[in-house]
Amino acid sequence: MKTLLKELLARFPKQIRSVEETVSGQSVILLNGPDATAITRHLLSARQARLATVFAEDRVKAEGVFYNYYVFDRPGDAAWLMLKAPIDAKHPSFPSVAAELPAVNWQEREIQDWFGLEANGHPNPRRVALHDNWPDVHPLRKNFPLETVLPPFEGERHVYRPAHGEGVFQIPVGPVHAGIIEPGHFNFSVAGEPILYLQLRMFYTHKGTEKLFERLPIRRAVFLAESISGDSAFSHGMAFCQAVEQAAGIKVPARAQFMRVILLELERIANHVADAGAIANDVGFVIANAHAGRIREMVVGLNEMLTGSRVLRGMTAIGGVRRDWHQEQVEAIEKTLAIVEREFHNLMAIIESSNSTRERLEHTGILQPEKAAMLGVVGVAGRASGVDLDVRRDHPYEAYRHLPFRVPVYQDGDVRHRLQVRIDEVTESIGIIRAAVAQLPGGKHCAPDRPIPPGRCALSAVEGWRGEILHWVRTGENNCLERCKVKDPSLNNWPAIVEAVEGNIVADFPVINKSFNLSYSGTDR
Amino acid sequence: MFKILQNTFRVGTATADYPRLAPRLAEQFRGCPEFDFAAWSDARPAAEACPTGAIAIHDRKGARHVTVDYGRCIFCGECEAATAGGAVRMSRKFELAATERRDLILTAEYTLRSDGTHAELKSSVSGTNAEEPGKRIAEAIHHLLGRSLSIRQVDAGSCNGCEQEIVALNNPVHDIERFGIHFVASPRHADMLLVTGPVTRNMELALRKTWAATPAPKVVAAVGACGISGGIFGANYASLGGVDAVIPVDVYIPGCPPRPEALLHGILLALGQMRQRA
Repeated sequence: MKTLLKELLARFPKQIRSVEETVSGQSVILLNGPDATAITRHLLSARQARLATVFAEDRVKAEGVFYNYYVFDRPGDAAWLMLKAPIDAKHPSFPSVAAELPAVNWQEREIQDWFGLEANGHPNPRRVALHDNWPDVHPLRKNFPLETVLPPFEGERHVYRPAHGEGVFQIPVGPVHAGIIEPGHFNFSVAGEPILYLQLRMFYTHKGTEKLFERLPIRRAVFLAESISGDSAFSHGMAFCQAVEQAAGIKVPARAQFMRVILLELERIANHVADAGAIANDVGFVIANAHAGRIREMVVGLNEMLTGSRVLRGMTAIGGVRRDWHQEQVEAIEKTLAIVEREFHNLMAIIESSNSTRERLEHTGILQPEKAAMLGVVGVAGRASGVDLDVRRDHPYEAYRHLPFRVPVYQDGDVRHRLQVRIDEVTESIGIIRAAVAQLPGGKHCAPDRPIPPGRCALSAVEGWRGEILHWVRTGENNCLERCKVKDPSLNNWPAIVEAVEGNIVADFPVINKSFNLSYSGTDR
Repeated sequence: MFKILQNTFRVGTATADYPRLAPRLAEQFRGCPEFDFAAWSDARPAAEACPTGAIAIHDRKGARHVTVDYGRCIFCGECEAATAGGAVRMSRKFELAATERRDLILTAEYTLRSDGTHAELKSSVSGTNAEEPGKRIAEAIHHLLGRSLSIRQVDAGSCNGCEQEIVALNNPVHDIERFGIHFVASPRHADMLLVTGPVTRNMELALRKTWAATPAPKVVAAVGACGISGGIFGANYASLGGVDAVIPVDVYIPGCPPRPEALLHGILLALGQMRQRA
């Protein structure tokens, strides 16, 4: 990191004002102005860096500027690199990098919508995070009150890109879907059965989450973090706690670190098992889904015994976990895992033995590795398309540095391999939990409660079952937050579905979508 | 094929026979908190700790008015942890569904002391306890199921937590189809809407349209703390709060998320409502 900082200072003396270091040892490069394009370009091309996220903050009242933050991840470097670009409140705009880097297309537009900062040169600057019928408001500006009552919704105004040609027509689907899933709108342009082009519209479940984080006291905000994406309650809750802990310099006791790892992996297993069943179900192999549902019940039963909640809510806390485990609970982990492991292998053997199921999954919904890299796809979907990233290995947190595991990566990018990544990861997760139980140290399960100092910033990353979850916080007065940025892996991965469905038949869309299984609520917040 | 059958026979019956039998709950399972109003000497720490504002206090002219709203409660246990003396305890109760919103609200009135604590419970109202235990509803159900019940689930802005448990209703362990209840793809085929929330500004119209497309007689169940009251999100620039801010609600099912048995209890309660109306 030191040599890289030196190199950047030498190469971009005009752009860089200073290098700041946060309490948690995070290097932040403060720029002179809003233009981060040259350094971004250099980091991406010469340094093989990846722009993990870009987000904004309103510091107009305190410092007279907005800030854009660019978070980079470099192979082989456990530290994240951040650029901080000030934007004058009188000239609220910044140069876009989306034209060269489609990965931040939605994220720059989100900044436009929520902060009113114009992304100059954006290839598609239309609204994304606020729907077209919204008045001209910028909810994440500090002068916009959380309780603002907006005029009632008067109907759809979004214009989809038309599709012309003989036999070409469009199929609108959603936001209320046929199954028990979250709301979003899909507009398929089709020529007969094959899909020519899919247009997505998200943010139906936008519920002011990031704004609300600026209101709630931090200890209560942990429960809001658990409600960002309900299937990842523990991962998001923990990512949030970890960010606050880093900002405040709170040391999490070793026992809590291992407990957190065990719970994160149980969340992964429960979701991967359910997804394996649901993928089979979507190609008509119903019995596999029945078994998967049964196995998931075993896992969530264990969750309940370990945390009081089937979906791991109310367990993570600032400084550790809320409740300690007695020996009987710890022993139950191995007892349940042994059954889950056996049953899961049986289930996979059943799926493997069904030729008609395999037939539907192989070569369906291919996401090419180049496209995955270009779109910044992360997590399960990324690893099935050659994107070799895993926060647990690349930026080890909690007890992961003590626990060996393998990261499965495939180049094929089809539904079959997104399933395969999940199958491999269930096995790895079981191994991680066993090792964590064997090494589970004694001691305290939570650091003592103390006030959170104001004005501290920290970035935290967690490998949720879906992929890389990022939380960034700036602490404020009275144990509250000035800002909490939430980045769910789904935000990057949605546009990848557009690429994966192209040329596939409409009837395969459900299984392709399920093989990604992205969070609408995590995207929309 | 042989393998598949062999596996099915090996597993045998996976279904838990709720509500005929009590569900197997872990000892650690957190249901709703229970309040010993007479022994409770200070509601402030619990109200301060509650993430969703389910516990609220209003002090006026030497009196303290305390309300506890199970329609906001996420069963986190923070009130129990914050309260000394054991006046607030987490129970394992989950069959909380009610047909009236007010049935989910408990109130107590105290004399306020100068040090901020309170004493002398003057009155307490613990809802009307309209909810019937699942078992009784199950007995009644045989009457009604000359026909089946079709449910259309609507996510009006949920975090996907409730959806996970609604999906679990369809697995072999909870197997909701054994009651003749099934989930359908269109509101036009539905007798009941099972709605999660909070209702976002962006989903309001879709929810109204879905409700309008459902043929009468129909019942609506609001699911989870967010569906009932907006939960931790409440009402803000992007959220309208609970489902009943937009469409009429017949049954409220508390929880965050409600466990599958709690959902089933609420759905069966709604079915009773439907019988009354038909």
